[in-house]
Amino acid sequence: MSSTATVGDLVSQPYKYGFVTDIETEKIPKGLSEDVVRLISSMKEEPAFLLNFRLRAYRQWLQMQEPDWAALGYPPIDYQDIVYYAAPKQKQQKASLDEVDPKLLETFDKLGIPLSEQKRLSNVAVDAVFDSVSIATTFREKLAEHGVIFCSISEAVKEHPELVERYLGTVVPSNDNYFAALNSAVFSDGSFVYIPKGVDCPMELSTYFRINSGDTGQFERTLIIAEEASSVSYLEGCTAPMFDTNQLHAAVVELVALEDASIKYSTVQNWYAGDENGVGGIYNFVTKRGHCRGDRSRISWTQVETGSAITWKYPSCVLQGADSVGEFYSVALTNNRQQADTGTKMVHVGPRTRSTIVSKGISAGHSVNSYRGLVQIGPKAIGARNYSQCDSMLIGDQAGANTYPYIRSQQPQASVEHEASTCRISADQLFYLQSRGIGFEEAVSMMVSGFCRDVFNQLPMEFAAEADKLLALKLEGSVG
Amino acid sequence: MIRPDAPVLLEIRDLQAAVDDQPILKGVNLTIRAGEIHAVMGRNGSGKSTLSKVLAGHPAYAVTGGSVLYRGENLLELDPEQRARIGLFLGFQYPVEIPGVSNLEFLRVATNARRAERGEEELDTFAFEDLVRERLAVVQMDPAFLERSVNEGFSGGEKKRNEILQMALLEPVVAILDETDSGLDIDALRIVAGGVNQLASPDNATLLITHYQRLLDLITPDHVHVMAAGRILRSGGKELALELERSGYDWVDQELARLGADAERQPAEVA
Ligand SMILES: Nc1ncnc2c1ncn2[C@@H]1O[C@H](COP(=O)(O)OP(=O)(O)O)[C@@H](O)[C@H]1O
Ligand SMILES: [Mg+2]
Repeated sequence: MSSTATVGDLVSQPYKYGFVTDIETEKIPKGLSEDVVRLISSMKEEPAFLLNFRLRAYRQWLQMQEPDWAALGYPPIDYQDIVYYAAPKQKQQKASLDEVDPKLLETFDKLGIPLSEQKRLSNVAVDAVFDSVSIATTFREKLAEHGVIFCSISEAVKEHPELVERYLGTVVPSNDNYFAALNSAVFSDGSFVYIPKGVDCPMELSTYFRINSGDTGQFERTLIIAEEASSVSYLEGCTAPMFDTNQLHAAVVELVALEDASIKYSTVQNWYAGDENGVGGIYNFVTKRGHCRGDRSRISWTQVETGSAITWKYPSCVLQGADSVGEFYSVALTNNRQQADTGTKMVHVGPRTRSTIVSKGISAGHSVNSYRGLVQIGPKAIGARNYSQCDSMLIGDQAGANTYPYIRSQQPQASVEHEASTCRISADQLFYLQSRGIGFEEAVSMMVSGFCRDVFNQLPMEFAAEADKLLALKLEGSVG
Repeated sequence: MIRPDAPVLLEIRDLQAAVDDQPILKGVNLTIRAGEIHAVMGRNGSGKSTLSKVLAGHPAYAVTGGSVLYRGENLLELDPEQRARIGLFLGFQYPVEIPGVSNLEFLRVATNARRAERGEEELDTFAFEDLVRERLAVVQMDPAFLERSVNEGFSGGEKKRNEILQMALLEPVVAILDETDSGLDIDALRIVAGGVNQLASPDNATLLITHYQRLLDLITPDHVHVMAAGRILRSGGKELALELERSGYDWVDQELARLGADAERQPAEVA
């Protein structure tokens, strides 16, 4: 008979980033205590302000409860069964890429992120983070000519401590939530970006996160500061090997946009999602927030979330400056037993602030995909406006989609608009496209990319096509 | 046009098909040669749409017996998309809406899939726009429809015209049009029939599924078949359609009743 694939098979394409790099790592023993926090800080030779920041966060964390309000189900996480610091054994200070272990360069090559001079993407500077540490940042000199600082946050702590001290924890306070507190206590590395006044960053900046060890949590910390009238576009990508255990990933990202500054932050998240029975995969508990501090500043989040067993993530904007703008464009795809509870918070503080939310959830297999969003309009946000659109697409009849939009307004004149829709890819739609000579996978991908177009249009050009392909790959075998 | 020596394009032999183990087609026989126009008529529920979808390869229907040769090749082992690429076309009774997929892009991808199979070069967006504008004339369709999502918000008549536009672009060898006439006003019916007549040639064939003589007044069939309970009960020339128009389907019921005993026995014989 004909080999007509089912939508079910289409999603179960093997995960091609699932390999493990065989490299010697330096790990501290499992478990979390004040001593572990001190140990991480001392291994990184940190200044006192940072050790204090960590310790305060750790003590706050001890007092906090893991949140349970999300539409997620998972066994309790044993925080003592996690390694909080792991680093590939290599020279600490790398003067150039020649000193980076070739195995690491090879790993990133295999992931499609070439770091070596000849092969690297022409207009994208990359910071590559492997387990707990940054191993290389490309194009640093070229960026430095423009006064742009792009390095790992560990280096920033050493070389620009005043900037780190001034901004760290000012957007996401260490006691913001359980996972943010944990991250603040034990974060190991991440990226740091500083764009000086009046500078439009001359290239895309990108960080690529790779978890390699099976028992290591990844707690990265990213801080981006855009000074007055500057602009930057930043993209993060992430993958992990396949293990049949779950790894915890609890990141914090803080963005600060001053007057007339603009930050565009894009994510293509493809952590290992676990197998079709839900064994293994990353637990992704992430706090991302941008602060539009200056008037007319703008922060735009674009995310394509396809991986992780569990995603708990609400990239948000605090719109403080008058006329500032926050945007959230999201595609979240879940398949098999994946669970995603993701959305955004738009907090309107200043007058005439505007926000746009476009969320596209695609659920296949037995997955559950929830949008959770808050639009909050404060008493001083005169003339604030929000537009939200939340669409769900169901593939097959075992998947679930939920939408939880919360609106809190203390400004009777504010305009808040919410639209929502749900659709299903039907066997008849697929058959219609097939009966016109369009292959099954292309048919699914046409429908899915049509559904996601408003979001993909927001991605940097180099990555829009990638995102399209990634989705098609993730859906392989899921329809029918 | 009947030419006994014309090559056989489609040869359906004792075709049986089921959905969810429920037999629907119970032994259909039909031979279609190049240059011919066939009409299949019959009451609602007699299995006409099922026949068309089985031929196009719809996954909901399981073929449980018989064979279909398309230009001598086993059609039933091909994926639906491959059947389309080699020149089988199904104009749907109920074309589905596909939100988010641009009609123009859909038509282009479909046309290129067919062209690739024929060894023709792929048309880029510009070359395709020229072609599609020319073919739009066949169905007198407003180019504005190209900018919309596939069939989304189209009226019944607009959907049917979009089907004929696809046929005009894909230049099928065997076109099956499932009740393309239903839901059309008389002007739209003329346009659609005119399109079908324009596309008919000595090298291709058309299978019209219809309830109504009014379509057959505009497209003259060479053969007319009456379907009932999953089989072709009677075949004849264009006069058979006129007879049905005059005397209705009552004789079909009588004939079915007479065949009832046989029909009961048939599954056992097949097994
Ligand atoms: N997908 C399906 N699922 C269940 N029953 C079906 C399906 N398709 C067709 N049938 C049944 O098969 C019979 C023939 O239907 P159909 O081929 O649509 O007839 P026609 O096109 O001649 O009106 C009907 O009894 C119909 O209910
Ligand atoms: Mg029908």
